[in-house]
Amino acid sequence: MSGTWQAARLVVERDLRLAFRNRGQLLHPLLFFAIVATLFPLALSPEPSRLRDVAPGVLWIGALLASLLAVEFLYREDAQDGTLEQFALSGRSLTWLLFAKTATHWLLSGLPLALMSPIAAYALAVPPAALPGIVAAVSIGTIALSLLGAVSAALTIGIRRGGALLSLLTLPLAVPLLIFGAQATARAIEGSDMAAPLYFLAAFAVLGVTLAPLAAAAAVRISLE
Amino acid sequence: MDWTWFHRFGSPPHLYGLAGRLVPWFAWPAALAIAAGLYGGLVLAPPDYQQGDGFRIIYVHAPSAWLSLMAYTWMAVAAAIGLVWRMKVAHAMAASCAPIGAWFTVAALCTGMLWGKPMWGTYWVWDPRLTAELVLLFLYLGYLGLRSAIEDPQRADRASAVLAVVGVVNVPIVRYSVEWWNSIHQAPSVMKFGKPTISWPMLTPLLIMFVGFTLLFLALVLVRVRGEILRRERQARWVSEVIAA
Repeated sequence: MSGTWQAARLVVERDLRLAFRNRGQLLHPLLFFAIVATLFPLALSPEPSRLRDVAPGVLWIGALLASLLAVEFLYREDAQDGTLEQFALSGRSLTWLLFAKTATHWLLSGLPLALMSPIAAYALAVPPAALPGIVAAVSIGTIALSLLGAVSAALTIGIRRGGALLSLLTLPLAVPLLIFGAQATARAIEGSDMAAPLYFLAAFAVLGVTLAPLAAAAAVRISLE
Repeated sequence: MDWTWFHRFGSPPHLYGLAGRLVPWFAWPAALAIAAGLYGGLVLAPPDYQQGDGFRIIYVHAPSAWLSLMAYTWMAVAAAIGLVWRMKVAHAMAASCAPIGAWFTVAALCTGMLWGKPMWGTYWVWDPRLTAELVLLFLYLGYLGLRSAIEDPQRADRASAVLAVVGVVNVPIVRYSVEWWNSIHQAPSVMKFGKPTISWPMLTPLLIMFVGFTLLFLALVLVRVRGEILRRERQARWVSEVIAA
């Protein structure tokens, strides 16, 4: 077990180091999110009351698409340079190694999105009192999204131009996250109790933590066959 | 206990022959049940006191919706068997369920929209059940898309099997969260009147249609799985013998 922990920690360290060597790529999903949030007022109307009404939808669809954009690169380089094969051959649990990889991915993409969401929300005329709740909802929701994306990304390893297919696989399964995430955000904006949808998001995150790494490991093994 | 009968299911020529012999046993009862159900539903059943004759589309709509879910379950069970026991014919079965299930989903959506026009005044409302059905269609399309995107057939089988198993965990979650989503946004005023306690003369043809559609689904799967087996085993000698015969 200690060996597995150590291997998982090495995976986290390695992925963090690789990511910070190439900081520009970290910013791309965040910039995408910012641009999506900017386009909506231009397309709808700059009137604060209308923006406040659509803010939950804008934030969550933006976060969903941005994390989809990020998850496309979760395994790409590791699959190309053979790192995934080494993971599978290492004798350590592939499930744990992929869980470590997905957790790092969340730290680098989901967490920054959650930290950026109050800025986008504020620009969409959301009252400041609602912002902490939005950060909580987006950070819990992106945990589940990263895990879900880790499974579909593992299924599409090695498929050329797999990006559109990745969206087709992930988005229908992400519908519950969108529903409860947007609802939690709407309740935060209203100032009413947002515990129930947050609990649902947390339940999905727990379900994802328990099952998604297993499915991702099975999918990675199949792609290596 | 003797398990040879079970292992024989794993043999493509055996299943090919068995499926061929079983098809008429499902197809003819299906035709009879659907004919009887349609006659009962379209002629014998009394018109609804509020919807008039418009409700009669339920005799196609409800069985299609039921099969859209059942086909997905079958697909996932076959896929799981294929993953665990590495049975080639189980993967062929899963691959045959997917397009049939997708078409039943399309049928449920189309009949639902046709029903919606006279009852709700529009072809599409974001009714929770219709929406869940639409999401189910996307799940089917994702499965078919993944299958066709992977060139190596064995990898395609196993990868899409993982997707089917992941999907079947998610289908109930998606369905219930979509139903919850609409019930908290607006009161279910539109669907309420559509649910009078259904009377026996209306219900009996519906039950017959359920049986008929299920048998039809089984017959279609068996026909499709035969084709699928032939395509996969086209290098094998028994296939050329079957074709020559």
